[in-house]
Amino acid sequence: MAKQYETVIGLEVHVELATKTKIFCGCSTAFGGEPNTHTCPVCTGMPGSLPVLNKQVLEYAVAVGLATDCTITRNCKFDRKNYFYPDNPQNYQISQLYLPICRDGRVEIGTEDGKKFVGIHEIHMEEDAGKLIHDEWDDCTLVDYNRSGVPLIEIVSEPDMRSSQEVIAYLEKLRMIIQYLGASDCKLQEGSMRADVNLSVREAGSGEFGTRTEMKNLNSFKAIARAIEAERERQIDLLESGEAVVQETRRWDDNQGESYAMRSKEDAQDYRYFPDPDLVPVVLDDAFLEQIRARQPEMRPEKMLRYKREFDIPDYDIEIITESRHMADLFEATAALGSQPKKVSNWLMGDTLRLLKERDMDPGDICFSPENLARLIALTDEKAINSSVAREVFEVMFEKDIDPEKYVEEKGLKTVNDEGALRAVVEQVIAANPQSVADFRSGKEKAIGFLVGQTMKAMKGKADPGMVNQLLRELL
Amino acid sequence: MANVISDETIEYVGILAKLELSPQEREQAKKDMGSMLDYIDRLGELDTSDVEPMSHVFPINNVFREDIVTNGDMRREILSNAPGEKDGMFMAPRTFE
Repeated sequence: MAKQYETVIGLEVHVELATKTKIFCGCSTAFGGEPNTHTCPVCTGMPGSLPVLNKQVLEYAVAVGLATDCTITRNCKFDRKNYFYPDNPQNYQISQLYLPICRDGRVEIGTEDGKKFVGIHEIHMEEDAGKLIHDEWDDCTLVDYNRSGVPLIEIVSEPDMRSSQEVIAYLEKLRMIIQYLGASDCKLQEGSMRADVNLSVREAGSGEFGTRTEMKNLNSFKAIARAIEAERERQIDLLESGEAVVQETRRWDDNQGESYAMRSKEDAQDYRYFPDPDLVPVVLDDAFLEQIRARQPEMRPEKMLRYKREFDIPDYDIEIITESRHMADLFEATAALGSQPKKVSNWLMGDTLRLLKERDMDPGDICFSPENLARLIALTDEKAINSSVAREVFEVMFEKDIDPEKYVEEKGLKTVNDEGALRAVVEQVIAANPQSVADFRSGKEKAIGFLVGQTMKAMKGKADPGMVNQLLRELL
Repeated sequence: MANVISDETIEYVGILAKLELSPQEREQAKKDMGSMLDYIDRLGELDTSDVEPMSHVFPINNVFREDIVTNGDMRREILSNAPGEKDGMFMAPRTFE
């Protein structure tokens, strides 16, 4: 019988923090500026410049640590990680090796196989690097340092995960916690959340770890799942054919569905870490930690309990809505404007989720305002528009947050409630469809559906189907 | 000299520092590094069993800035330090990853 293998996975997750400025200087972190317009002597590594820690970075890092049951390091400091590469003009990255800000945490994940804890080895603060662009024309590398010095936290897990399902569950949980805290928007596609996967395989039941590889360039949950499956297969094939797994960093090519080695241990980097003399130690007292703790927002478990008490919506709706803080905030704000909670929830659970999925977007990307959703619900409540028009308007609102009242007005989508006008159309439809009329009169209840459809068509959708139905029955 | 730097060590340090040394420079560097290490070894003569490890010489902690944008667009000044520039970016030799 073939050997059974177990996959052992640990993750290094980089998260770009949602600060306004960089970690060590007053440059903006705004995305999309012209190259090098958000730079200064500090983040371009000019001699004699002096980095000063952004307090908000520390607060976010501690908030994430507290929310993941970490021990907060009371005396921490920054170290220099030395390497030569043009993405970092200092020739070192300021990071934390010896005394990371958080240690020994854990998060609970749920998969089909049940619940389990994934340990967090440490969380440290560090700076991001610049962006390199290869220039074919001059065969050189162009460097934009706008991202250089943007604050990151790196969350290093224990090797506690055993499948891609567990990895995805862990990442979704981390993302949810961090988004709830407002510490980052955690978008994989845009790189504000990046995951490197450390993976090894071993014979089932073995207590020892196999040789691991590190996989980089994973830009979506799908890519992560595919890369894990492929790397597991690759390592098992090597072992089965009597070869050894080489400890190396590999780069995932999602189009090819395979990875290739970037650098192996033979030319392993020696980063010669040492404490950064330009930055003074950070000493945290109880008062500081209490302050952060007091400011922690309501997290998902408490929010779910409160929704159960306050809103008359099913548990399933609560579960889905609270998965994203943005969605939950939107739900509450719309309900607070007077919309019936179940109706708000229906829009979020139905068309919103469908459109998000179709467009491969996150709930965090929802752009319509609670005011406009409330207006749309009011329009349907007043029967000013029927449900199919409402869905049509909603799609436009989802796209660009339009005011549904104005939109309905401008496009003339209001339901015709003028009974006389409607009656005339219904009479025409009856006259034009003698066969269906005869069918209905002979007891074929279904035939009325066709007549309702014909009337709606004649009204260009701007009628209340209930009213049409009623009129038809009356006139037949 | 108590510390003798081997050829392998100087080779490795050279690789890390991205330096190419001539044979003469190599010998000189080996000698210099050996005497630096000897000098540092003098610290070992002190009894430090009662001294707390430290990472910074100044008795200062917690120097922070508020999260407020204070820098404007300095691209012109910053790029004036670049050995070459194109499209508002630094020009570097072709680099692989």
